[in-house]
Amino acid sequence: MSEGYKISDFVRIRNQRIFHGNKQVFSSEKPTQGFLKESYKFLNISYPKFHKMDALCKLGILATEVLFKNREIPADTALVFSNSASSLESDKQHRILMEATVSPAVFVYTLPNIVLGEISIKYKLQSENAFFISNRFDARLLTDYSEILLDSLKASAVVCGWIEWKNAEYDVFLCLISKEGRLSFSEENLEELYHFENE
Amino acid sequence: MSDLRTELKQSIIEQLNLEEFEVEDIANDDALFGDGLGLDSIDALELIVLLEKDYGIKLTEPEQGKEIFISIDKMAEYIEAHRTK
Amino acid sequence: MGIISSIGNNVEENYNALCSGKHGISFPKILKTRHTNLPVGEIKITNEALAKKLSLPENHSFTRAALLACIAGKEAISQAGITETELNETGFISGSSVGGMDKTEEFFQEFDKNTEIRRFIRAQHPGFTTSQISDFLKTQGFVTTISTACSSSANAIMLGARMIKAGKLKRVIVGGTDCLTKFTLNGFNSLMILSSENCKPFDEYRNGLNLGEGAGYLILEGDEYLAGKQVLGRITGYGNANDAFHQTASSETGEGAYLAMQKALKSAGISSNKIDYINAHGTATKNNDFSESMAIQRVFGEVIPELSSTKAFTGHTLAAAGAIEAVYSLLSLQNNQIFPNLNFSTKMEKTGIQPVLELTSKNMKHVLSNSFGFGGNCTSLIFNRDEK
Repeated sequence: MSEGYKISDFVRIRNQRIFHGNKQVFSSEKPTQGFLKESYKFLNISYPKFHKMDALCKLGILATEVLFKNREIPADTALVFSNSASSLESDKQHRILMEATVSPAVFVYTLPNIVLGEISIKYKLQSENAFFISNRFDARLLTDYSEILLDSLKASAVVCGWIEWKNAEYDVFLCLISKEGRLSFSEENLEELYHFENE
Repeated sequence: MSDLRTELKQSIIEQLNLEEFEVEDIANDDALFGDGLGLDSIDALELIVLLEKDYGIKLTEPEQGKEIFISIDKMAEYIEAHRTK
Repeated sequence: MGIISSIGNNVEENYNALCSGKHGISFPKILKTRHTNLPVGEIKITNEALAKKLSLPENHSFTRAALLACIAGKEAISQAGITETELNETGFISGSSVGGMDKTEEFFQEFDKNTEIRRFIRAQHPGFTTSQISDFLKTQGFVTTISTACSSSANAIMLGARMIKAGKLKRVIVGGTDCLTKFTLNGFNSLMILSSENCKPFDEYRNGLNLGEGAGYLILEGDEYLAGKQVLGRITGYGNANDAFHQTASSETGEGAYLAMQKALKSAGISSNKIDYINAHGTATKNNDFSESMAIQRVFGEVIPELSSTKAFTGHTLAAAGAIEAVYSLLSLQNNQIFPNLNFSTKMEKTGIQPVLELTSKNMKHVLSNSFGFGGNCTSLIFNRDEK
């Protein structure tokens, strides 16, 4: 079933730390907004648009920066993301501003799939995109969908995973799936990697 | 008069999240869009909101922004001529 | 299939309205907004009346989008004659952008003091909306929610078709739902893309869209499980691509739209000259209609097929648009009729495209339907008449 696809790489962002594979690459003492800013500086990302994004999109940009560094990313790399809170934090902000003056810049981020758009713009990907809302990390859905895309040659690689921003907490786990690597792409492996707690 | 220009620069930096800019970095005749500050269409909409909120000027068509938001100087001139606040 | 929109509460009513050119655009009455001058495609049925139609208990926690979806879903199941046993193996894939936002904005100041309405807190969530609808319709199979803005339900249809093709599902109900909310009305207003008149898709003087609400669902089934059910049409092609240009605007060349249409044609295995009619995304914004036109010209060359946008009838129903327009595409195929593009008077100078202006009879085999969402998410679907 897996047709030889591998989890070529993965990135995790949780608890003020960024992990590339199982290696911690950055940590910070700062709470969220500060953490995002410091990560941006640390990763040497030169992309002023970053500062206009909401936290969900910033997390997506940081994660893909780590995942795509020093790699050739084909333009048909599909993006299959998911979370449980959708764009709740931006929705809340928009709602508050609606009482006074609506901000178009905030409204723009009241959709979870905008992060897919931001990543596509930055890396010039014109590939398939999907964003699913589920209560919990659904390894089966991500595996099934990614496999369909790869099998049908709609994409030569897929970035799939979970990207959550809720109540000032974030939880990001994104994997690059392609034919390279040693770890088999399967529901079990995906599930295990997601739940793995680093020290 | 130069106060308005400084005020505008501060508002723009804050409203548009131009984190990597200070007031001194923006010249009065720098292009705001395109190659200058690199603002985009959503920024233009935010500037329209700013015109109304801070200076009581209401634009009805987004295209009107193209003439006004060329530079800090142009914006200041327009505001001085039309402000109701 | 099943549908509810501002032009009808079921498939037949929608069809009659499309044929008689009767649109559903009006000023908001049920939505309590200060923007009473903005035309919308509002379904003039209150939540209480919808709940009564569905025989829900008094203390139900169904938000408007869920209510609309249940009406449409129920019609689809009844029309297709799906039995309870079959529902045990039926999946449900639904798209929504607002979820339960209507109740949240109505109640969120009161959640503190009023415990009675707290049941609507978790109903805010689009995932909750989907599972609530799935429970009501009694589907027991795979359930998921897609949230990719205006292409959500088209993507739901695409995912359902793929999963059946890949043998992962036997049968699935796919589509989407969205209702009018102050949240979206105010938000779109701040982007300055709403028109204060009835929208004019593809017209040179178009000046924005009208928001709408509604729900549409299709029941997809693998051939081997049909067991004599009537086939309304077939999904033969689909394509999705990202425009990679801007969060809410489309590129001048309509790159994402172009790629989505090309992918759909490729997956259907047909050349562009086989398309008989395009049900366009056609929101009537300056930006979309131009870039969609450019993309269509790039795909189809000199001779473009007949096209029209039905959004002048229903307004832009956001996440439900893909599914509602899928129903319209299937009605087109079944009846060999092209529905008119209302409110059009002047061709766009830069493209010269003339949409179909009156109900037109045409023998058709392949229909292309476009749905493009914020975030650059572009989806195209191709429907075929069932030849068997």
